[in-house]
Amino acid sequence: MSTIVMLPDQQTASLPKRSYLNEEYGLKSWLLTGDHKRIAILYLISITIFFFIGGFFAGMIRLELLTPPSDLMAADTYNKMFTMHGIIMVFLFLVPSVPATIGNFLIPIMVGAKDLAFPKVNLLSWYLYVVGGILVLAALTLGGVDTGWTFTTPLSTHYLNTHVITAGLAIFVAGFSSIFTGLNFIVTIHRMRAPGMTWFRLPLFVWSHYAASVLMVLGTPVLAITLVLVILERVIGIGVFDPAKGGDPLLFQHLFWFYSHPAVYIMILPGFGVISEVISTFSRKRVFGYTAVAFSSVAIAVFGFFVWAHHMFIMGVSNYSALVFSLLTMLVAVPSAIKIFNWSFTLYKGSITFETPMLYAFGFMGLFTIGGLTGVFLGSMGMDIHLTETYFIVAHFHFVMVGGMLMAFLAGVHFWWPKMTGRMYPEGISKLAALITFVGFNLTFFPQFILGYLGMPRRYAAYPPEFQALNVLSTAGATVLGVGYVLPLLYLAWSLKYGKIAGSNPWQATGLEWQIQSPPLTENFVETPVIDYEAYDYEWLANKTKHEVQTVG
Amino acid sequence: MDSQAIATHPEHEETAHEHPPFLRHHFATVEQQRETATFGMWLFLLTEIMFFGGMFCAYLIYRNWYYPAFVAGSHQLSIVLGTVNTAVLICSSFTMAMGVHSAETRNRKALITWLLLTIVLGCVFLGIKADEYHEKWEKHHVPGLNFSVHDFVRENPAYPDDKPLPLDMADKTQVYFSLYFAMTGMHALHMIIGVSLLIILVARAWTGAYTEGHVAPIENFGLYWHFVDIVWIFLFPLLYLISRHQ
Amino acid sequence: MHYFISPVLWQFLVNWLTHFALFPPEASSIAPYADALYFFLILISLVGMALVLALVTGFSILYRKERNPEATQIEGSTLLEATWTIIPLALFMVCFVWGALLYFRIYNPPTNAMNIYIVGKQWMWKAEHPGGQHEINALHVPLGKPVQLTMISQDVFHSYSIPAFRVKREVIPGRYTTVWFTATQPGTYHLFCTQYCGTLHSEMIGEVTVMKPEDYQAWTEGSTSGMSLAQNGERLFASLGCNACHSGNAGARGPNLAESYATRVQLTSGSYAMVDDAFLRDSILNPTMHTTAGYAPIMPTYQGQISEEGLIDLVEYIKKLNTNYRVQQTLNTSQVQSPVQNQAQSPVASRVQQTAPAASGMVKP
Repeated sequence: MSTIVMLPDQQTASLPKRSYLNEEYGLKSWLLTGDHKRIAILYLISITIFFFIGGFFAGMIRLELLTPPSDLMAADTYNKMFTMHGIIMVFLFLVPSVPATIGNFLIPIMVGAKDLAFPKVNLLSWYLYVVGGILVLAALTLGGVDTGWTFTTPLSTHYLNTHVITAGLAIFVAGFSSIFTGLNFIVTIHRMRAPGMTWFRLPLFVWSHYAASVLMVLGTPVLAITLVLVILERVIGIGVFDPAKGGDPLLFQHLFWFYSHPAVYIMILPGFGVISEVISTFSRKRVFGYTAVAFSSVAIAVFGFFVWAHHMFIMGVSNYSALVFSLLTMLVAVPSAIKIFNWSFTLYKGSITFETPMLYAFGFMGLFTIGGLTGVFLGSMGMDIHLTETYFIVAHFHFVMVGGMLMAFLAGVHFWWPKMTGRMYPEGISKLAALITFVGFNLTFFPQFILGYLGMPRRYAAYPPEFQALNVLSTAGATVLGVGYVLPLLYLAWSLKYGKIAGSNPWQATGLEWQIQSPPLTENFVETPVIDYEAYDYEWLANKTKHEVQTVG
Repeated sequence: MDSQAIATHPEHEETAHEHPPFLRHHFATVEQQRETATFGMWLFLLTEIMFFGGMFCAYLIYRNWYYPAFVAGSHQLSIVLGTVNTAVLICSSFTMAMGVHSAETRNRKALITWLLLTIVLGCVFLGIKADEYHEKWEKHHVPGLNFSVHDFVRENPAYPDDKPLPLDMADKTQVYFSLYFAMTGMHALHMIIGVSLLIILVARAWTGAYTEGHVAPIENFGLYWHFVDIVWIFLFPLLYLISRHQ
Repeated sequence: MHYFISPVLWQFLVNWLTHFALFPPEASSIAPYADALYFFLILISLVGMALVLALVTGFSILYRKERNPEATQIEGSTLLEATWTIIPLALFMVCFVWGALLYFRIYNPPTNAMNIYIVGKQWMWKAEHPGGQHEINALHVPLGKPVQLTMISQDVFHSYSIPAFRVKREVIPGRYTTVWFTATQPGTYHLFCTQYCGTLHSEMIGEVTVMKPEDYQAWTEGSTSGMSLAQNGERLFASLGCNACHSGNAGARGPNLAESYATRVQLTSGSYAMVDDAFLRDSILNPTMHTTAGYAPIMPTYQGQISEEGLIDLVEYIKKLNTNYRVQQTLNTSQVQSPVQNQAQSPVASRVQQTAPAASGMVKP
């Protein structure tokens, strides 16, 4: 049963004659494009490829963990599996997922601009991503790397003979892709807003991306230099992290986590932006507490820089520094809680429909809440002693990243699919896929909380037999989850040819992107919009629609 | 609705709008384009500060821990060459600023001259740096590859007041040189990138690209070049001038 | 029995039902405190989850489109914002304080803790008891006595984890880390390495055995190698030439080390340092950075010449050194590591009648 509002233009909608997709044809027009929308599509294709490669490694991990002994593959191979899974999923999927695809596509349109500030830099970002990805694949095919995605020294500098340098270079290059994307977003949001588009009229999607971009721009360079130092230590033998030469391996931990903690906020903040848009659209209401949600994104970005050592509570940092970081960690948890409650109250007195993006958004709210709360478990220093380095951590970050971020990504892809392609995805099977994903996810990762408290360490190929039942449960869930992720690949591809024509605003949503055709023109707007209404102004939209109905009919 | 789109100025056929050929179409005015490009460059320089910042952080910590080793290591660098390099870079910043001025005053020949001078000075810097690196290699001060504490457990003839280091502290000079090579190496890499970009700018300037009002690329490259200079202004005292008060 | 289901499945079910547990045994004095915090955290999580679930489900049902076709545009509510800022903040602060108290408890050992040294290396754990008992991938501890582990790695980062005790600490190359516990339940418990350390990370596991005091006594007597760590240390002290300068005579080139442990010394830089395990280890490896005031920085470095075990032996020797008088320490090693005796009361002190010449080891040349 379709709950999509049918408007006159919906029924008679046809694909527009001219759009960014058919403006020019040929491979060169895509590979040398400056159009942010085409670059977004290029990103979408590449990150999907890497997602499934990373997912393959996840499958291998879970297969090995079906049985207590390390019997499916050699120990070194298993170590390569979880390392490649982590590197690909973190750097080649999660970090660019929403910003580089949906963000690239929508930020210029949402602010009322014709393109991002620096289109050529945008294209460069994509090429850097591809080069980084190719280097990762090179490391993989040349024999793999087994440092863990965290590259802990001195293991990565002196005790492994796998392709650490290639992997380090790959992430270095991919990091610059991220930096340039963030730079582009910040400058665009500051300088290219259409007349009348004040900061507080921006959609919350833009606010979240702004906050994430600040983190990308300030945090990623530190990762870059850390990787350079690791590579130099491997190649030349400088001893910055080597205790035998007077260096300190703990310095690596500080430098690495200085980026990698903000990185998790880089990954989740754009997802927050998607959820704001989806929940407001399918409740037909402005987001409750717009200012609070906007500022909470900025607060997360600021506080996120000051909590890195909560990854190091047991590593011999002084008790007092641990105290400071634990306190700040508790503070950074509060803005996320604020958002969850604001989204919940957006539903209050709304007019709610349950299309697929909304289902994913609900899944996000539940799973991210669990993931975020378990973050409080870990931020509580004494509790962290028992829980750290176990499957509790694995469960925590998969809840926030997969249950949270990946669901938000899927919500966004489904929500803006009509805008990007001009076609609707099939609603029935997509709802089924959302449900399968939700069930599979819980089955996979909830047992891991229990395993973690029982003490099962992470990155173990073999484990004591009493942990088997929970591991089998987890692997079973992973199979279900896999199905849930393959389905969208299939039906979204199907919809490109056979999906219903969407029209410009199938969801009757507010936002500049829904006032233009689907798919948009290359230059986005026929003429520069002038904004004189607030964000999520459903009354303005209702008036406009009524006006249209009268004139078209 | 927008299904029938009205094409906007394809291929500059209409004369209704007049704008300089270098105005990109996603910008409304030349002013917006200029301001945006400058903002972008400042933001990029901020990322570069964070990039070098990791190494400065490591330097702070290790200098605090191993001060005598840092003194001994620093006293092995040639203060003459370091000072010359500093002067060279400051001069190159001057020539770069003059280049920006030339672009603003639409003086093509002057712009090219100043840019070429900047390239020359940049290459002089890199040449001196290469010579210094070569000397370090000869004296076995390259960590990991051929490092030897030989020079640090004896007297340093250039600094007779310096006491030779005991062996455990002498070992730590490797950390000093690790940071020396990492920091100056990264700086040199940025110089090489800068000189390469300068060559491209000279080629474009020859065709008059920057002397018809499109000053932004020269200005913004100038920002980058000044930044690289400022990094050196920090590196020089931190690496070369430790405890040199004689 | 297994007539109707396959033997494999039956075995699986049996395994599951006998081993099913939600949390590990509470086998240390701190475990109940850790579990209490855990249950509090679960409780507030459940409340939070229930609240969000109730709000989302409730609003979805009450305000679904069929029931409420017209949405009411609401800006927000400062009161609500304040409520759901302050209440979570307050709850998180409780978690912070409670967690901090627990953390300080776990990482600050009592002064009467007996010491065991742990050396981690790829891919095994070596436990060195001061009485000379050496274990690989195992740890025997007495029931009811506080035990402090002083740990170091020979190569990469490892992490020493005993889930049943709720304790864990990273084991790092280049510096000692410590953790302590008091075992409260006899039995054997898992020991895991929880920091990824290379190929056989999953195999770097072992067993912690908690024994009643009499059993532990019997075990120490039966498992000793014959030489206590301090005795090994004394041999190293002589063979490495340490006693040439640290002879304890007046005018010696190095400070007197007898009874120097756990005192404060002034260094040549003017600052003070506590002579603990880390200080002793660092002084052997980087001597000129820890020169005692009044002495020349002439001590050679032993970096690369002594293994971590050797350093532990030396540290133990210096710790136990009550007199600068060199005595052949032909001890009955089981008496050294008696849990009843205080550490300071070694048999040496009780047998040797000499008094130390200086109270806390500073003999000016």
